[in-house]
Parts: sequence; C-alpha cells; structure tokens
Amino acid sequence: MSELIVGPFSRVEGNLEVKLAIDDGRVAEAFVTAPLYRGFEQIMLGRPAQDALVIAPRICGICSVSQSLAVAKALGQAMGLAPPHNGEMAANLIHACENAADHLTHFYLFFLPDFARSAYEGRDWHAEAFKRFRAQSGTAGRAAQKARLAFLHVIGILAGKWPHNLALQPGGTTKSVDLGERMRLRTVLANFRQFLETQLFADSLERILGLDGPAALAAWIAERPAGEGDFRFFLHMADDLGLDDCGRGPPRFLSHGGFSDPTGRGRLFADGLWRNGLLEGLDLTGVREDLSHSWMSGGSLHPKQGMTLPDADSSDAYSWCKAPRLSGETMEVGAFARQMVSAHPLIRGLAAAADGRATVRSRVIARALELAVLIPAMERWVGSLIAHEDYCTNGAMPDRTHGTGLVEAARGSLGHWLSVEKGRINHYQIVAPTTWNFSPRDSAGRPGPLEEALIGTIVEPGEDYPLMVQHIVRSFDPCMGCTVH
Amino acid sequence: MQCETPPRFQVLWLQAGSCGGCTMSALGAGPAGLSDLLESSNISFLWHPSLSEEGGGEVLRLLERCRDGSQTIDALLIEGAILTGPNGSGKFQILAGSGRSMARWIKDLAGRARYVVAVGSCAAYGAIPAAQNVPTEACGLQYCGEEQGGLLGEGWLSDGGLPVVNVAGCAPHPGWVVETLMALARGDMRADDLDSFGRPRFWANHLAHHGCARNEYYEFKASALAHSQLGCLMENLGCKGTQAPGDCNLRQWNGGWSCPNAGYACINCTSPGFEEPSGAFLETPKIAGIPIGLPVDMPKAWFVALSALSKSATPERVRKNARADHVVVPPRRPNSR
Repeated sequence: MSELIVGPFSRVEGNLEVKLAIDDGRVAEAFVTAPLYRGFEQIMLGRPAQDALVIAPRICGICSVSQSLAVAKALGQAMGLAPPHNGEMAANLIHACENAADHLTHFYLFFLPDFARSAYEGRDWHAEAFKRFRAQSGTAGRAAQKARLAFLHVIGILAGKWPHNLALQPGGTTKSVDLGERMRLRTVLANFRQFLETQLFADSLERILGLDGPAALAAWIAERPAGEGDFRFFLHMADDLGLDDCGRGPPRFLSHGGFSDPTGRGRLFADGLWRNGLLEGLDLTGVREDLSHSWMSGGSLHPKQGMTLPDADSSDAYSWCKAPRLSGETMEVGAFARQMVSAHPLIRGLAAAADGRATVRSRVIARALELAVLIPAMERWVGSLIAHEDYCTNGAMPDRTHGTGLVEAARGSLGHWLSVEKGRINHYQIVAPTTWNFSPRDSAGRPGPLEEALIGTIVEPGEDYPLMVQHIVRSFDPCMGCTVH
Repeated sequence: MQCETPPRFQVLWLQAGSCGGCTMSALGAGPAGLSDLLESSNISFLWHPSLSEEGGGEVLRLLERCRDGSQTIDALLIEGAILTGPNGSGKFQILAGSGRSMARWIKDLAGRARYVVAVGSCAAYGAIPAAQNVPTEACGLQYCGEEQGGLLGEGWLSDGGLPVVNVAGCAPHPGWVVETLMALARGDMRADDLDSFGRPRFWANHLAHHGCARNEYYEFKASALAHSQLGCLMENLGCKGTQAPGDCNLRQWNGGWSCPNAGYACINCTSPGFEEPSGAFLETPKIAGIPIGLPVDMPKAWFVALSALSKSATPERVRKNARADHVVVPPRRPNSR
C-alpha cells in the first residue's frame, strides 16, 4: 500500500487536494481535502438582513447567480414576497444563463483539455483532440470562449454585471426590459443555439432532447463520423477509454428543483430524491452536517440549527468541508441527479446500465443534455415577458423572521437557511453542491461521494497527477469556492 | 535584417482566498475571449489554476523553479485575499499538495516576480473575506483595507520598480485586467499611472457615476424608492457611484451594461473597505434627511442648495418615471399637445 497526495488540481473551481491510498495499482481509499476556509457564514452574522444579497454571491464567482437566487428566495420567504411573472421569468433567464454558461465552461475549458494530454498520444483520436481541446489554444475551446462571452449578454441585458450583481431581489428583479431589449435577448439566444447546434452537437437541440435511452444515444453516435460535433467526439473518446465504467458514485440523488415554467410543465426541473431505485418527495428534515472529520467544532445538526466554528486543531479532521448526510446517507447532486429526479429517460437508462449510479461519461452527458433543455426554455421565457408590467414587488423586512432558499446551481443542489432578529441576521448556514459531493467521511466512517467514486481507480506507475483520477474529479464539475464558504 | 520574435510575457496566476470570480470575469475579455486576446498580445500563462493543463507535481515543480529563481516570472497575479490566520500560521489556506500556506508561497514568489498584480479587491485590500467577525486574519497584498501594509508591507516594490498594481473591483472588469497586463508587458505602466491606492488610473480616474444612464434623474434628484424603479439610486438606495472609482458606465459590462443601469446600487466595490459600509449596503445613510457620503469633492452646502433647486424644477415626466420600473411618461414631442 502506498500513499499519494494529489494537488493542486487545475481546471476545477478553487482549491482541492486528494489523498490516495493505492494498493496494487488501484485506489483503495481516497480522502478529499478542501484546503481553504474564508468564513462567509460568520461574516453574515449581525448584518442587516438584506446585506446578504451583497455578501453571499461573493462566495463563488462561477455560481454567483445561484448564490444570489438562494439568498433572494430565502429573504423572499422571510418577507412573504412572491415575484410577479416578469420578475420570475427574468430570474429564470439570468439563472439559466449562468448554469448553461457553466456547463459550457466545464465541457470545453475544464474537462476536455485532459484528452489532449500527451499520455493519450497512442490513441487514434489524440491528434484531433489536441487540435480541438488543448488547454487555452484548442480551436473548440477558443470557439467556446467566444460563444460564452456573447451568451453572457443575457445576464448583461437583465442584470448588468457578472459575476456578482444585485439584480435578483426578494421580490423579483431590478431591470425591466423594453421591446428592443427583448429582441436583443432573442438574438443572443439564437446565436448561442447556433453555436450549440453546429460546434457541440452537429444536430438540433430538439434531436438531443429527444434521445430517449442509451440505445437511442448509441444509434445517434453511430449515425455520423466520430468527429462530427464535439459531443459525439467526446462520446467516442469516452467509449474508447471505458469512462462509463469509471467514477461510480452513490446510487442516491438529490435535486432541489428549479425554474418555474408556466410555458411548459410547471417546473422545468423537478425536486425530489432518488433512493433505492425509487423517487421520493423532497424532504430535507433528515439533513445533518456531520463535523467528525472537518476542522470544525460543534455537533452534527440540521442547517437550521447548525453553526460554523472553525477549529484548525480538531483531531481526525482532514478538510474544512462539513459532511452533509440525509438520514445518514450520502447523496450525489448535479445535472445527472437533476435529470434522474426529473425522469429524463436517457439519464434513467444510463443509471440502470450502471448499477443505478452516475459515471464519468453519464455525468458529462447529463450536462450536455441540460444545454439542450435550457436554451429552448429560455426562448420560451423571453416570449412570455409581458410588456409594461412590473418585475419586482417590494415589502418590509419583519423584525423577526426566517427563510430557506433552495436552488439548483449548475453543479447541484444549493441551500441557504437564515433567520433574522431585530432586522439583523442571527443565523446563516449554507450547504452547497460540492459540499455534498466532496464531503469528507462522517462519524460512521462513510466516505463522501467522490471518495466512494475514486475507489478502484487505476493509477499508472509513476503518475503523480493520475489522469483517471482527474477525469473522475472533474466529472462532478466541483466548485470548491462554494464547498467551503 | 533578422526579425526576432520578442519573448512572451510570462504570467503566473494564483488563487488565494478567492471566489474565482475575477478569473470568470477575465475569461470574457476582448471580442473573442481571454485566450485569444492574450495570445495576440504575446502574453502567456506559466500557470493558471482554472485554465492550464498542468496540475499536481508538475505545478509544484514549476513553483519551486519560480521560487529558486530558475524560472522567470514577468508578472505574478494574485486573486483573492491572503489568509494569514489562525495566529499567523496561514492554515486557513494550504496550497494543495504542497503542505505550505498560500500566504508563504505568495510572499516567496512575489520576491521573484518583475511585477505583482492584485486581481480584484480581495487581493488588493482584503475586501469581503476581511470583513468583521471572521477569524481568518485576511488582508490584501499591500493593504489591509485603507491601511498600507498587508502581506508584503508598506513601501514594498517589485523588481520592476512598481508597488503592487491593484486591479480592484469585485469582480474587476475584464478590460481592466487585460489592459493592465498588456501595459506591463510593454513596459508602458509607470508609478504615476497608479492612483493613491495603487489602482491603474486609466480606469480609476473616472467615477462609476460618469456616463450613468440615470443622469437625468440624478440631475433633478428624482429618486427611486425601491430597487427596479428607474429613478436615481443615490438618495435612498445606497448608490455610491458618485464616489466609486471606475469607468463602469463608460466602458460597460457584458455587452453594454452596468450596475446602476441594471437597476441596483453601485456599492463602491473598487475601494478599500467597501465591505463595511456605515449602514446597510442598499440604504443610503442620512443625517437630517441629507445623505452622508455626498459626491466626492463637492461642498455639502452647494449639494444641498442644488438639490433643493433641482427638485423644485423636476419635470412631471421625470418625477413619475423615477418611481416606475418602465417609462410611463415618454418625453414630450415638439408637435404634441
């Protein structure tokens, strides 16, 4: 048995270290460390309640809007406010823009550059992968950067600055759009759709959305040459490397749900839990943040009661990350979990083929699929904006109140729990997507989802930055900034 | 005649106590993205945590070469506050894989870099991570809030003869980051191109107020009462655009926008100490009904007098629109009655 400490990781958001115990060329045990603590929950205490709108988004520069929306929802609940239709649709558009941009950034700039690495020089696809995906210089990565910045104009038109704006308020959004701006939104979306349909899919979004199972996906892959569309090319490489067999996490999934969708089926993403092959309603009363292996003091509590008291000297600890568990169990969150809960037949089928679990390949597929879900929905939401009607309702902050904000960031379920006393915040707890996925062990010794997913992974002799470990880590699209806030 | 390609300007970018937002902002630089713009400017990354291929041992070996001087660093870019706690140990941020604190790494590497740039207000001044109630002992590279000092100390100069260049902002505009790098790469940035808080004057010479689309409401002191309304955000909603350094409304964000023209207050995010306003962020503190924190360089009596005068002259159109979230009274046309 040998030990390998892997880090710093590139192309994950924030700081990450992974300690591996390796036995006979395979990972026997993994320990995931979040090595940065900043203290946002402590900073929030004692502040005027609405200051959270300024502070919380600054937890994370890639999930900034998701953090904003979680605060706005929590404060909205605390104030008894409901946004008017336009405010709800504008918030959807701002949030969907960030989530879709994050999926794009992950695919092209974080995940795919690994396939251009020299370790894969012997593969028949390597030369093409090098040309398209090499970090910073790859042609597809460059095209994605250009498409991304043009797409972020959706946030420009509706929210001004990104990251970190104040457009999302408890009662709606701050920027009404006129007829010309609505047309500009349409143009931005049309251009982004065109990028996805030519560069990424080489097919229509509707065709991707309609893939109703692994067999349909296999048939779609075989329809055209491997290099047609970066998504098909990824699947070709993934199949060659056996990525559908790597990085299996727990067979339990959580989604907070999101995007009210009066133009569709009520809600674009369903909320709920998937456990033991069954769908359950979203009930978070059994959530506890276990601190046994975290540099934290205090007990294992629900985020409504929990505290954040850092303690760099606590014994048995190896991460600043707390370990959230639901009824004592780990849950995987992210695009795959959302689409499991939302019952997309392709994702359910991929899980069924992998012992009910997500894999490196299927997590990436779920993200690509969501791009095909989000863009048509955004087109509908722009069409549903009503001219000359309000975007925001306003109200007063009660002296004493509390609220919960549950949203889905690109990388999974994000929750804020706050309470207010004399107009000031007296409790604030956040459980972020990667807090779930990259949590350390709990008091029962159960490893977190990534720790579980890494077990059995092959580490080639001499590797000090094992490629397959990197694929698995990145398949979760971790955001370490959110993880420990 | 032989024409030699000049050597590339080599940038090492590290993330300290950061949210990664400065990187996310910078990624949207130029007409075609950051990578394209840097390449055309002959600038390359030795390493960037979010964009580079290498990680793990490859990076630790690179950092060691930088530290012992065998690898040149033209510019060291730091994103995020420096966490020196608990008790000066730096344990609140250990550079993954290295067992050493990020604070220690930055201090060592800064001594080897030709220029050091703080990307964002956290690295410049500490900002949000350095707010009250937190035990991280966070600070900026050369400032703790408005006080000089920080990690590197007052009077510190890099090999290139400049103090830390503070590309402040939360997040800074992508243009501020890239144009600063380009100017450093060309040797065009001098000490007098920085303001008294180390910010490049090419953007800090302006105030966020300059070019604000709400100028007519400001002129008539026709103020919004709630976010989403069109009126000026200064009198009631905490807007500090008249005090905040930045060309936000001139250069504009994400295709032509800014904070105030998207309906919410400027919070002065380019200034040291913005994280601790005198009251709530989104309310204007007042004494006897008069906002404190008036426009910089304006005598208070004049402001009060002008405000009273302009309020009495406010056209009905401006007054009504100021309290609506879309234009309810259009400008009168010359021929209409």
